[in-house]
Amino acid sequence: MPLPYYVSPEQMMKDKAEYARKGISRGRSLVTLEYGDGILLVAENPSTLLHKISEIYDRIAFAGVGKYNEFENLRIAGIRHADMKGYSYSRGDVTAKALANAYSQALGNIFTQDIKPFEVEVLVAEVGDTNGSKSEIYHILYDGTIEDEKNYAAMGGQADEIRRFLKDHYSENMTLNDAVQLGVRALTVTQNKTLTERDLEVAVLDRTKARRKFRRIPLEALSQLLGTAR
Amino acid sequence: MNDQRWHSLFSDYSNSSFIDLLRRESPHLVPGVAPTPAPEFIEPVHGTTVLSVRYRDGVIMAGDRQATAGYQVASRRIEKIFKSDELSGVGIAGAAGPAMEMAKLFQTELEHYEKVEGENLSLEGKANRLSQMIRMNLPAAMQGLVVVPIFAGFDEKAGLGRLFKYDITGGRYEETNFDAQGSGSKDARDSLKKLWKRDMPRDEALQVSLEALIDAADEDVGTGGPDLVRGIFPSVKTITRSGFGDVPEEEVRRLCEEILAERSRTGNGA
Repeated sequence: MPLPYYVSPEQMMKDKAEYARKGISRGRSLVTLEYGDGILLVAENPSTLLHKISEIYDRIAFAGVGKYNEFENLRIAGIRHADMKGYSYSRGDVTAKALANAYSQALGNIFTQDIKPFEVEVLVAEVGDTNGSKSEIYHILYDGTIEDEKNYAAMGGQADEIRRFLKDHYSENMTLNDAVQLGVRALTVTQNKTLTERDLEVAVLDRTKARRKFRRIPLEALSQLLGTAR
Repeated sequence: MNDQRWHSLFSDYSNSSFIDLLRRESPHLVPGVAPTPAPEFIEPVHGTTVLSVRYRDGVIMAGDRQATAGYQVASRRIEKIFKSDELSGVGIAGAAGPAMEMAKLFQTELEHYEKVEGENLSLEGKANRLSQMIRMNLPAAMQGLVVVPIFAGFDEKAGLGRLFKYDITGGRYEETNFDAQGSGSKDARDSLKKLWKRDMPRDEALQVSLEALIDAADEDVGTGGPDLVRGIFPSVKTITRSGFGDVPEEEVRRLCEEILAERSRTGNGA
């Protein structure tokens, strides 16, 4: 019986990480920003039907970049987790932290145990209350690494450049209008093209809304926010 | 071998159902499991009268606020009309405990579907789903825990309000004009039968609904009327193209007082 080739664990992890990073860097980017009334999510996504951003629960949103079928799977698992928890305890007991931890565990397991790692990064955002509780943004990488981000986050192909840009230009308590414009400028920072409302998917977690804070921003409203309305 | 792995993805069409998920993951939380018969029958808490009326802009749903256990008042402020999603609501009558559980599960089911699929179920689909849930409750219903809701909503495709009634086996019947459910339902229906008109504007439809509830409270001992002493009034909701909305309590109070004043002045309806 031929022995399988020996590959050192170090080398194997390195190869997997490189493979995953390559897949993710091919994809388009996504940014999220805290603004005065909540959290804004902006993705470069020409499709109006296949979403990168989605609602998970009352105050929690999900965003993914990379391979669509992989983050779609994670998205549905997240909705299931949240609905199960909210039904058996109460709606207030569903938190982004627990969900982000579950994603981190799942992606970590897949990365170490499966031959092919997931080529995705996901983001879980929870908007704070009007009574002053803080918003939370968690960023989970393909290998299960989890980070909590302050004020803004970026994922996808040009994430590093975008993060640098946001570091210089971000300010607290922006209006929705300013936040959308900043988000779109951040997405174009490494490309010399302009993005119109047709290339974008935009949604907010708006703390002024009643129970379900998640709201997609439709095309007409978006073109007004971008100042391109005719 | 490999074939089977991906074939199962297609046969699992209930992917967006919360109820199926619940049954798979936590079967003990699924309502409708038959309780063991109690040696002495314990009187469960009952919700009494709910009704739904179609009008020009959509449907109105209304219910009294009283729950009874036998001949005792169990609660004076119970809420019987629940928002199931932006464009529909359920009114519950029957055993209050299982009925509220059913309303909560139904609401989660619709929201779960909406989030997973990215779009709403059709009104027909929602009504069917509720009928399957009532059928799930049949074993409990045979032991006295009957749940019979009214379901009403705005059908975006047809552009009008629609309402459905159910029986304990999950049978689903669409009503075109109005319906009532619960112990005072017969009196409420009689009242609606005389007062209902096609394409009523909102104000008239509100008045007709409240007249019917007051009539039901008048004739049925289980149904609570407007409680002027404690300031408890029926809960009334409207479901139109622009969504599910509460009728403000102030407006309900004013209308109830007008109806009662008119009745004591003329003797009509007394």
